[in-house]
Amino acid sequence: MSMQLKNLPFDAEAVTNYAENRNEPKWFSTIRLKGLTLAEELPLPKPEKTRIADWNFTDFTYQTESTDSCQLSELPSAVRGLMKKGEKAGNVLIHVNSSAVYHHLSKELIDQGVIYTDLATAIRDHSDLLANYYFKTTPIEKHQLTAVNAALVNGGSFLYVPKNVVISDPIQAVYYQDAPSVGLVAHTIVVAEQSSSVTFVESYLSDVSATDGAANIVNEVVVGENAQVKFGAVDEFSDQFVTYVSRQAEVAKDGRIQWALGQMNDGNTLSENATNLEGDGAAADIKAVSIGSGSQKQNFDNYVRHVGKATKSQLLVRAAQKDASNSIFNARTKIEHGASGADGEQTQRVLMLSDEARGDANPILLIDEYDVIAGHAASVGRVDPDQLYYLMSRGIKQETAEKLIVEGFLAPIVDLLPIEGVRVQLATLIERKVG
Amino acid sequence: MTVPELKINDLHVSVEGKSIVKGFDLDMKGGEIHALMGPNGTGKSTVASALMGHPKYEVTSGQAFLGNENLLDMAVDERARAGMFLAMQYPSEVSGVSNADFLRTAINGRRGEGNEIPLMKFIKTLDKKMQMLEMDQSFAERYVNEGFSGGEKKRNEILQLMMLEPKFAILDEIDSGLDIDALKWVAKGVNSMRSENFGCLIITHYQRLLNYIKPDKVHIMMQGRIVKTGGPELALQLEKEGYDGMKAELGITDDETVEA
Repeated sequence: MSMQLKNLPFDAEAVTNYAENRNEPKWFSTIRLKGLTLAEELPLPKPEKTRIADWNFTDFTYQTESTDSCQLSELPSAVRGLMKKGEKAGNVLIHVNSSAVYHHLSKELIDQGVIYTDLATAIRDHSDLLANYYFKTTPIEKHQLTAVNAALVNGGSFLYVPKNVVISDPIQAVYYQDAPSVGLVAHTIVVAEQSSSVTFVESYLSDVSATDGAANIVNEVVVGENAQVKFGAVDEFSDQFVTYVSRQAEVAKDGRIQWALGQMNDGNTLSENATNLEGDGAAADIKAVSIGSGSQKQNFDNYVRHVGKATKSQLLVRAAQKDASNSIFNARTKIEHGASGADGEQTQRVLMLSDEARGDANPILLIDEYDVIAGHAASVGRVDPDQLYYLMSRGIKQETAEKLIVEGFLAPIVDLLPIEGVRVQLATLIERKVG
Repeated sequence: MTVPELKINDLHVSVEGKSIVKGFDLDMKGGEIHALMGPNGTGKSTVASALMGHPKYEVTSGQAFLGNENLLDMAVDERARAGMFLAMQYPSEVSGVSNADFLRTAINGRRGEGNEIPLMKFIKTLDKKMQMLEMDQSFAERYVNEGFSGGEKKRNEILQLMMLEPKFAILDEIDSGLDIDALKWVAKGVNSMRSENFGCLIITHYQRLLNYIKPDKVHIMMQGRIVKTGGPELALQLEKEGYDGMKAELGITDDETVEA
């Protein structure tokens, strides 16, 4: 048993005061204190083949000055670029240094009973509803980092889509950090009730001024019976940031979730993506891209658990590794006993762009049922010399040709993102990171 | 503008240590169309790949000049920018890169920074050339060769040829796997390129394509070099007598063949 007696830079008194200042209800501060106790007891997660013991997950300021809300035009240009173009801003929530500074939800959606607010507001105004979902999909006691999230949460969003409400326009969240040594401890809940449909896209970014930052992000997604959730994300924290991000979904009968994740942090990153296909006929489509650069270390765990009958999952991970970056990609598909007719496919492809880079793709299938289809493919390789020759034979320089190939390799996920601003963000990021 | 000239002198090429092309000579000028014919495994495609600079093909001796530029000293992309083009027998698929992006990048690579082709002009030209090849509009946005049928890939090679306007093109078995309609479209594309600034070497097994693209000269290649050169009638003679007849006439008894 490893020793985890590292002193945490916060205590019960500070956490209680913080909760009181925010006027949080009893149930919520109880979870904070439980998180605090667990954070002291629980070990860090143990990601395969990535040493995270010396990553700074806990030493940061979580009590940020609350920022006043502002006009769209006052937002940093990096944020404005992500917004829907035109007169009308979309349905969006913008957080700067953990505080919500801009919020818009159309009257039409409000009238249909849709709730979309920052977490602090949800704790105040929708306490009972939130309590049904908070730390229900992801347990607090998963490991030290989920416990830290419970104890110190200072940001996040709450999206609730009632039964039968179908939302065609995407709902957007943007998190921007520009203060030094500040931690973003965000907890986001997305609930899609029976037969509803929604697209949610979140972007995380930080300015170079946000040195020594940390992000601890826990997202819980509840997909009701016959409901559909498309969940897009672009993570773009600078190399000064240590990130823990967990995105977990629970899918009921005939529900469907589609993940499109652009995991483009420049700093050390530990990512857990998990989908629990609980109900019969539930389905998941997971697509994730990443580019490792510099000397960053990353670990991506993508997990799908088939519980219901005739559940279906498709997982596609594509990544490029540059410089001296080191990334581990685990794809785990578990088919439980009784999940007859389940179909789980996973593909991970890693493109190595440098001799010093390291990338491991580990396909894992755990199957406890006979009547299933399951498949995996994993490859780690270099740019195909025949493709390179073909492009160069048309007069394209080697560097440009390599760039085209890598961008093309990652394109399938970019194309999936439902908001143009975010799609452009990811495409631009890929261009910058590859170039 | 001087008429371009491609001069190949005593070219020897090896693949993985095995000597395949053994003393290949060719002299072509802009405005000329030559056909290179010969049985399987005599090194026709090897000549094409070696001239384009495929890394697997090692030129062990000989020379190849485009005008006064030494092709063999140049990297693949430099050869292309100097004016060489190879329509490949097995074009690569490049996922995630649209045909239009690929072509525009290639054209701009040639034109150089600051002299990029205006977008509208590019689109108009592309539309026109695709129409000529009876290619659907959707080809512009489809990923390079991905999911293309054999015939579509070949037409895509000719589209690139027409868009890039090289000085010399080698068409490596562009007619294989083409039905008669596609063959006509390809021929139409190539014929539209005809000018004194463009020379073309057509590698083929069959005389059929030459009914649609009239060659000025026909070369027969055996055992790694050109063994006979003539006019279009040589292709017809070959069609009638086969390569065995040609071998007998030339007194070639050694039946040695090599991997292409």
